[in-house]
Amino acid sequence: MEYSFDFSVIADNFGLLLSGAWLTLKMSLLAIAFGLIIGVIGSLFRTSGNPLLNGIALAYVEVIRNTPYLIQLFFIFFGLPSLGLTLSAEQAAILSLAINFGAYSTEIVRAGVESISKGQIEAGLAIGFKKLAVFRHIVIPPALANVYPALIGQVILAVLFTSVVSQIAAEDLTYAGNYLNSRTFRSFEIYFTIALMYLAIVWIVKALAYLIELRFFEFAKYRK
Amino acid sequence: MTYSQPETNAATVARDPEAIIIAKGVHKRYDNDFHVLKGISLTVNKGEVVVLMGPSGSGKSTLIRTFNGLEPYQEGKIEIDGTEISHNQKGIELIRREVGMVFQQFNLFPHLTILKNVTLGPIHLKGLSQDDAEAQAMELLERVGIAPQANKYPGQLSGGQQQRVAIARALAMEPKVMLFDEPTSALDPEMVREVLDVMRKLAQSGMTMVCVTHEVGFAREVADRIIFLAEGELVTDTTPDKFFNNPEEERIKQFLSQILH
Repeated sequence: MEYSFDFSVIADNFGLLLSGAWLTLKMSLLAIAFGLIIGVIGSLFRTSGNPLLNGIALAYVEVIRNTPYLIQLFFIFFGLPSLGLTLSAEQAAILSLAINFGAYSTEIVRAGVESISKGQIEAGLAIGFKKLAVFRHIVIPPALANVYPALIGQVILAVLFTSVVSQIAAEDLTYAGNYLNSRTFRSFEIYFTIALMYLAIVWIVKALAYLIELRFFEFAKYRK
Repeated sequence: MTYSQPETNAATVARDPEAIIIAKGVHKRYDNDFHVLKGISLTVNKGEVVVLMGPSGSGKSTLIRTFNGLEPYQEGKIEIDGTEISHNQKGIELIRREVGMVFQQFNLFPHLTILKNVTLGPIHLKGLSQDDAEAQAMELLERVGIAPQANKYPGQLSGGQQQRVAIARALAMEPKVMLFDEPTSALDPEMVREVLDVMRKLAQSGMTMVCVTHEVGFAREVADRIIFLAEGELVTDTTPDKFFNNPEEERIKQFLSQILH
């Protein structure tokens, strides 16, 4: 093997990589938060029994889940300015990631909503809650707990999806890596390090998910 | 609270004749055309304990569920304390606050502690502060004997305990009527008594109750009236003494011979 490894490129440019990693983490968390809100509303529409709301949510899910994410990103960043909506690379990245994660989480949360027994809903109605309040107070919390593992799987995919946004020059971790690579050609050292940094970011996200589980889903361990 | 009237012997007290539930000619058909209620008319007065009995499929659970609008019906009229329940009506939730319901499967909210199961309605629907709602809930949990478990989750309680919490949760809304839909049918035999004891005390406190149950001892002792349904029709509306000791109808004799073994 002729190649001599030189990781000094990493040490010399670690600040650049860290700022890319920070943007990746920030975009991920914002997109997941907004996307989860979309997913909860989408699951409400999907289970509402109203054909119009169900149709809207279903069309959204179908379009997003059956088209490439890269095209969705390009459409929002390059396409929407034609309608007068110009977003920064970072804004377009977060918006497109949230819309993408929202479609997947709509279907995951819907499965959770459908796992809640009719008796729970009737108990809420019998107390005097309106349907929407039953959904918010009685259906959604255990529904999210029931599908939490599936949701976290999708969350991790959403974090990894963020590497695509380097294509519109959002300065995320992948962008920082590409930038360094084009200047130093230390591809092995750079992409090896970047892969480890993605791993670290996913671990951070998983740790947050675990803390949320401990805080909000304590009850789940007592269910039969 | 509305139900804490002076303690009296429920069987002998003179009843307030004011009607709280009035059903007139109630018909219900399911989508597949099964005619489950065939023109039921009855009246429940304030303070009365009425037990609905009948073979399975007779429509008794369906009937009790029409009294808080969980089950829509196609013909007839149901009034709760002077307000008509019609189908998909706006404001049905206001009537439901006045009508507590206890289900066969308890239906406690698994993600909330026992205390929060009881305070959820009062906090969000009656605007009680958390402190006031918790004080009220602890008083109710004390009454049903579950106060020590207030901070546990439903999954940590036995069926009988869960059902007693369900009763406390319904009472927290201070309803005018309590509906019990086979409250002991899903319980292990040794837990039936603890639930019936709570229901008995509630009846003695003057609460208006409509109960679907097969518990003969409870019906004999606590009910003011037994209403017997069969195949969607009201067969008889009579006193427990007459119902159990001198039934006239053949269908009732047959039913009693089955449940009394």
